[in-house]
Amino acid sequence: MRYFDYIQPENIKQAGESASHGWRKALLYAGGTDLLGLIKNEVESPAALINLKAIPGLNGIEYSEREGLTIGALVKLSQLSAHEAVRERYSVLEQALKETASPQLRNMGTIGGNLCQRPRCWYFRGDFHCLRKGGDICYAVDGENKYHCVVGGGPCFIVHPSDPAVALLALDAWVTIASAKGTKRVALKDFFVLPEDDIYRENILQPGEIVTHIHVPPLSEKTVSGYIKFRERGAWDFAVVSVAATLRINGNTIIDGKAAFGGVAPKPWQEEKINQRLKGLSVKTENFELLSAEVLKEAEPLNQNAFKLPLVRNLLKRLLVQLTAS
Amino acid sequence: MKKKSASSSLSRRQFLKGFGSGVAGSVALNKIASALPLQKTLEKAADNANRTPLKLSVNGKAYRLSVEPNRTLAEVIREDLQLTGTKVVCNHGECGACTVLLDGEAVYSCHILALDADGKSVTTIEGLLGGEELHPLQKAFVKKDGIQCGFCTPGQIMAAQALLLKNPHPAKEDVLEGMSGNLCRCGAYPKIIESVLEAAKKD
Ligand SMILES: Cc1cc2nc3c(=O)[nH]c(=O)nc-3n(C[C@H](O)[C@H](O)[C@H](O)COP(=O)(O)OP(=O)(O)OC[C@H]3O[C@@H](n4cnc5c(N)ncnc54)[C@H](O)[C@@H]3O)c2cc1C
Ligand code: SF4
Ligand code: FES
Ligand code: FES
Repeated sequence: MRYFDYIQPENIKQAGESASHGWRKALLYAGGTDLLGLIKNEVESPAALINLKAIPGLNGIEYSEREGLTIGALVKLSQLSAHEAVRERYSVLEQALKETASPQLRNMGTIGGNLCQRPRCWYFRGDFHCLRKGGDICYAVDGENKYHCVVGGGPCFIVHPSDPAVALLALDAWVTIASAKGTKRVALKDFFVLPEDDIYRENILQPGEIVTHIHVPPLSEKTVSGYIKFRERGAWDFAVVSVAATLRINGNTIIDGKAAFGGVAPKPWQEEKINQRLKGLSVKTENFELLSAEVLKEAEPLNQNAFKLPLVRNLLKRLLVQLTAS
Repeated sequence: MKKKSASSSLSRRQFLKGFGSGVAGSVALNKIASALPLQKTLEKAADNANRTPLKLSVNGKAYRLSVEPNRTLAEVIREDLQLTGTKVVCNHGECGACTVLLDGEAVYSCHILALDADGKSVTTIEGLLGGEELHPLQKAFVKKDGIQCGFCTPGQIMAAQALLLKNPHPAKEDVLEGMSGNLCRCGAYPKIIESVLEAAKKD
């Protein structure tokens, strides 16, 4: 790895002020599992890393029935999936976390870093000066695009690589963002950005803005939730596609529900129309089949990835059947 | 590796070297012999400027080191401490060969900065030996043939050790899950799983 300075900020303000995207680029650094890969591949060559682990108070998890779950951004993925409230109440999040990366990486990577990780497009990670890196062509369009997006793409066609983000979206999570200037709350659905809005970033963070906490609202007693990730092998692998759902059920009726999809779009994906149709839907396999057929209606697959459409639709149907079975 | 990587410190060192040899050249003309130590001191100062103190406990032994921020834990373990049992294969956090325990938890030492381990305790494969006596996991890998070429083995054993520390009596599924961050190019997987289960039987 090329040389960089290692900055140990004492608080958010210092960290925010040290961050810069100017000629002396200083990047936020948490577990490093994503960032060190980018540095080793020379996709990033920062002059300094700002070690967020040095800031106290960002690695706790709190739960209350009234407030729900508050997760410090520096909480390790393994620490989060082992938390009692996550295991007992937020199955979708627990399942997504357990399917993320490998045991070692889950001991190293943080939840904040997971939400802010950069795309896995092999051209982006490799030696290609593509659009996202400031070049003037997207190599995926005419290249190997089996794992690229089917919806929300253009002019760049990445998929967002995070599993936990898909679960958190189905849970209506929001984040606290802090900088030297102050703090703000943003719903997770407004946190991620599409390439058409900004091709150089995957989220709204400006240099110096730091995710400090992730909040998950409480769930009612009658809520069930789950996550299905399709991957090509048993050992660690990024999702080819994934589906998350939370459903509030009363008797034979879904009172309301949320579905979210990974591996299909440049951001964790949600369709308002589908969530609306879940409201009041009676529990029947035919209904789930009809609903699933409506998913990703606006999709425009690239030449190698149309297979993602039936895959996602079938996985949603399977998840709905599983979650309503008992 | 270390030299190649430290590019900005390198340029600084190069500058000082240039400066140093300039001095050496002119002093050679004047036949004064003390220029070399001066150059060494300047180089050392440049190196030290880029280094940060690091306190580590490795296999129960306390170390006070001074390292450049861009060096990984694996590099420090292998190069500075000469504990070469820890192997680096992918150097990308993808294969598990470099697995060590950090405060009892399995991590990829190639994909974590040495400075991130400051104040923590590290266990490497060397730390499992009790004198000349093999650790039960090592014995189990020998007995069950959990080794082919052996290059992934130190990492496999450290991942297994982390697993057994948390869950001394794992079911086969737990072992499959716990070992899923370690790849074996030789494909010794069935025997590796048997070895871990064998060691678990013993405790
Ligand atoms: C081999 C491999 C397999 C993987 N498989 C999966 C997978 O299956 N599913 C999945 O979801 N992920 C996967 N990952 C990604 C992994 O989960 C992430 O790398 C990890 O969670 C990132 O966390 P970190 O703390 O290490 O982040 P870092 O590497 O430290 O940071 C990542 C990025 O986020 C920024 N950042 C970090 N923290 C903050 C913060 N609090 N506020 C603002 N910006 C911040 C950094 O500047 C950097 O750009 C995999 C990674 C590897 C290497
Ligand atoms: S999909 Fe995006 S990141 Fe990948 S090559 Fe195209 S522009 Fe670059
Ligand atoms: S060498 Fe570290 S994970 Fe492969
Ligand atoms: S024994 Fe050869 S790589 Fe595993």
